Amino acid sequence: MRDACLAGGLKRGLRRGLTVGLGLCLSVWATLAAALEVEDRRIFPGTTDRTLSIVSTADLEVFEPYILRFQQRRPDLTVDYTVASSVELYRGIRDGAEFDLAISSAMDLQLKLANDGHAQSHRSDRTDALPDWARWRDLIFAFTAEPAVVVLSSRALDGAPPPATRQELITLLRDNPERFRNAIGTYDVRDSGLGFLFATQEARSTDAYWRLSEVMGRLAPELYCCSGQMVDDVISGRLSLAYNVLGSYAADRMAQEGRADIQIVQMQDFANLMLRTAIIPATARETGAARAMLDMLLELGMREADGAWPLPPLSQGTAGFGPIRLGPALMVYLDPLNRRAFLAEWENALEQEAAQAP
Amino acid sequence: MRFLLVEDNGELAEAVSNRLALDGHAVDHAASLAEAEHCLSATSYDLILLDVMLPDGDGRDFLARSRAHLETPVIVLTARARVTDRVGALDQGADDYITKPFDFSELEARVRAVLRRRGGSARNEIALGEALFDPMSGSLRAGDESVTLRNRETRLLEVFARHPGQTFSKGQLLDRLFSFDAEVTENAIEVYVGRLRKRIGPLGLRIETVRGFGYRLETAPE
Amino acid sequence: MIARLSIGHRLTVLLAGVAALLSLLSWWMVSELARQAAARSQDNVLAASATTIAETIRSEQGEVRLELPYSALSMLGAISEDRVFYKVVAGERVLTGYEDLPVPTDGPAGARVAFETGQYSGEAIRMASVRRTVLAGAGPVPVVVTVAQTLSGVDAVSGQLSRLAAALSLAFFVVAVGLSVFAARASLRPLNAFAQAVSRRGPTDLRPLRRDAPPELAPLRGALNRLMERLGQSIRRSEDFIAEAAHRVRTPLATVRTQAEIALRSAESEEARQRLRRIIRAVDESSRSAGQLLDHATVAYRAEDLARDRIDLGELVAQAAAALEPTATMKDIAFRIRAMPACVVGDAVLLESALGNVLDNAVKYSPDETNVYITVTAEEGVARITVTDEGPGLGDGPTETLTERFRRGGNIEGVVGSGLGLTIAADVLAAHGGRLDLRNADEGGGACVTLVLPAA
Repeated sequence: MRDACLAGGLKRGLRRGLTVGLGLCLSVWATLAAALEVEDRRIFPGTTDRTLSIVSTADLEVFEPYILRFQQRRPDLTVDYTVASSVELYRGIRDGAEFDLAISSAMDLQLKLANDGHAQSHRSDRTDALPDWARWRDLIFAFTAEPAVVVLSSRALDGAPPPATRQELITLLRDNPERFRNAIGTYDVRDSGLGFLFATQEARSTDAYWRLSEVMGRLAPELYCCSGQMVDDVISGRLSLAYNVLGSYAADRMAQEGRADIQIVQMQDFANLMLRTAIIPATARETGAARAMLDMLLELGMREADGAWPLPPLSQGTAGFGPIRLGPALMVYLDPLNRRAFLAEWENALEQEAAQAP
Repeated sequence: MRFLLVEDNGELAEAVSNRLALDGHAVDHAASLAEAEHCLSATSYDLILLDVMLPDGDGRDFLARSRAHLETPVIVLTARARVTDRVGALDQGADDYITKPFDFSELEARVRAVLRRRGGSARNEIALGEALFDPMSGSLRAGDESVTLRNRETRLLEVFARHPGQTFSKGQLLDRLFSFDAEVTENAIEVYVGRLRKRIGPLGLRIETVRGFGYRLETAPE
Repeated sequence: MIARLSIGHRLTVLLAGVAALLSLLSWWMVSELARQAAARSQDNVLAASATTIAETIRSEQGEVRLELPYSALSMLGAISEDRVFYKVVAGERVLTGYEDLPVPTDGPAGARVAFETGQYSGEAIRMASVRRTVLAGAGPVPVVVTVAQTLSGVDAVSGQLSRLAAALSLAFFVVAVGLSVFAARASLRPLNAFAQAVSRRGPTDLRPLRRDAPPELAPLRGALNRLMERLGQSIRRSEDFIAEAAHRVRTPLATVRTQAEIALRSAESEEARQRLRRIIRAVDESSRSAGQLLDHATVAYRAEDLARDRIDLGELVAQAAAALEPTATMKDIAFRIRAMPACVVGDAVLLESALGNVLDNAVKYSPDETNVYITVTAEEGVARITVTDEGPGLGDGPTETLTERFRRGGNIEGVVGSGLGLTIAADVLAAHGGRLDLRNADEGGGACVTLVLPAA
């Protein structure tokens, strides 16, 4: 899975989504484009005109099974699924774009939406069944728990054991700069909401983050908007290492590609565990349908077995270091002053060559 | 015997006095409690007949007051007739109780009963020829002979004994012997006179028939 | 309406009302205290949060700088799931945060934290502001840090405590109502005991109540005693009045009788004597009737609330016979008494009156020189006084009717009587749960009257 990205999204949209109804897509494109930058969109027609509109950071093919399952239950509803980046999604909802359900991997932005009064409260047996850490104020609900991992090409390791901690990773990078120069991929936290969340949470949790960033910075890393591309580039051999990739997606891709020479490593000193969250925006109209959809997602999120679903269940949430906590503290790094300061420090660490370049 | 009659109704008092005098009793009459006190302080009596409602107080209160130092038997005369009154009078020390209006025969009977019960006073025997007659007990003795008379016989003999030589008509005897609640004819007097004759004959007493007039007691032997 | 409720109910309702009031009051107080405590702890955290932010404020190259410490918001997130808002203003310029967030109107001064409750984003919020002055550029710049939080956490905590307090208050109320019922009963117990003591009394018992009573009942006891004293006086007065009335009737009768007897003695003709005898008989009949009517009234009055004395029937018979003996003796009638030990519970005055009437009848209707047999027996819980005479008997008519008021036997010509005697006796026995049996004696043909009573 990847976080939505304009280029990837468009590519896929053209490849699959437009086959469903290009005309329909284009006819509404303009109105939505005014509200937010849409990366992909698809209408899943139902038996009536009643439409549940969802905005999400998850790619179409990732979310399609969920929509189809929902339509089995509610065949009357047409589902309008829009993919946008987490930042765009945040801006759109904040500025009053009309969606019935907003699903994002950027917990901090979702929480800020909820905190600032852009979400409707929802309560049902499903929400009551959620663990406390998976919801906040009956406004925001998590339905997946997805860890951040490191994806390594075995070639770059050259027979050495994969690093288990950031310190070992730092040592690996320091000792073998030639293998990793221009071959490290990580999020461009300036563009990616998820990348920013991962970076800030990691910086808060372990001081090794900045040292690692500086080491990576010296090796001229490639910056990405989305973890999907990073994994693709590791598979293609362009990258030796992708840092902070969504683990479930990486595993998914590895399984697809059948590549034994690529390893997925979870850091033992600290690992982020992201919760994918949904809110019902204050602007929602089909709230009944939105609640039903949300409850279905929560039901799937609470499932015991992994199953055939693209997104992992919440059950991982209790493992390891625990999930990123849903709460107002998430808004700390969204504060413009803090964000500016963080980005400045991040740029200092990661863009040494750009800074040094004339 | 000496009786004290405390009664404010003069006519009744006179009638009672006269009747009791017929039986040989001396009766002092007091019309009020004060007079009664006066009489009691002057002499002693064998019996007091005490009216309840007197001009200067309640006879029962007087009774209750004086009972402590008064040995004399008391018969209460009253117009009160309720069941509780008799109990009350007896509780206050009366020996008997008779409601007005009363039959003189009954009064005499009660007086006798009370005196007999008290028993302390001396015998008051009347000599009839050679015989001695005790009207209280009805006994008649002469020498070794002795009879005990029944009540009506006693009363009949007493009438004659108290008035020696006097002739009594059947009607007079009837009224002395019988109370008025029973219809009794003069024949009954003949029956009793006959019976008495048989009883007292052996002792030398005779009841003469005075033809066309009545009867008379003869004490002397023929 | 209240006046008709029993004292017990009134007391219970009043006590329960007080308990309800106290319950409500305690519920309200606990709720209010809980709300205040929750609000104060929120204030403390808000103040700590604002202070934490203010402490990062510094001046850098003439600019006011600050960082939002992670703890500043995480501490707010730790106490509740409330929405959090903040704003930092340096001078007139909003440095960061929610620009439209209101600040306490009575702003912070010195080290004092200003608090205010307001409205923001459609919800009630609690604000805390701290002030810090930093030297920046030309001079000192006042920086005000405001942190605000919605009140749902406080409301939830105080609501939960309030519900708990409500449950406790309700439980307290229920217990209090139970205790109220108990207290009402307990405090009425002396009153009931007092009432029972009064109602147990006999009809003629008008002695003052000496029973110990709580001081509150002393006025009632005093009033009752005064009432009984007045009642006693009144009864004595009416007794005196009745006695006086009887006296007034009987005294002239006595005079008439006396005069008639005197006249009888001096009357010459038998015709005149017959007349006088009739007058005397009429007088006797009137006085007897008056007496029996009075007796009958007394029986009716006393039978409503009988005295309950233990009475030896042997003694009763002896007394009644003694009272009648003089009249019996006049006719040479003898009482033959044979008594087994027998006791009953009842009113001695009434029973003596009943027996007196029966014996009086027996004497009246017996011929001279006969016996009246009185036997007392007690067997199988039934006591009997049987009075048998040797008179003419009760005649052939139905014997039951003889006890009816003013009815006399069919074969008693020439006997003075009002016909009330047996009625009085029958009434007395009925009041005692007994009866009067009338029949003719098996031998000799006399009347046989039996007083039947439950034995004690």
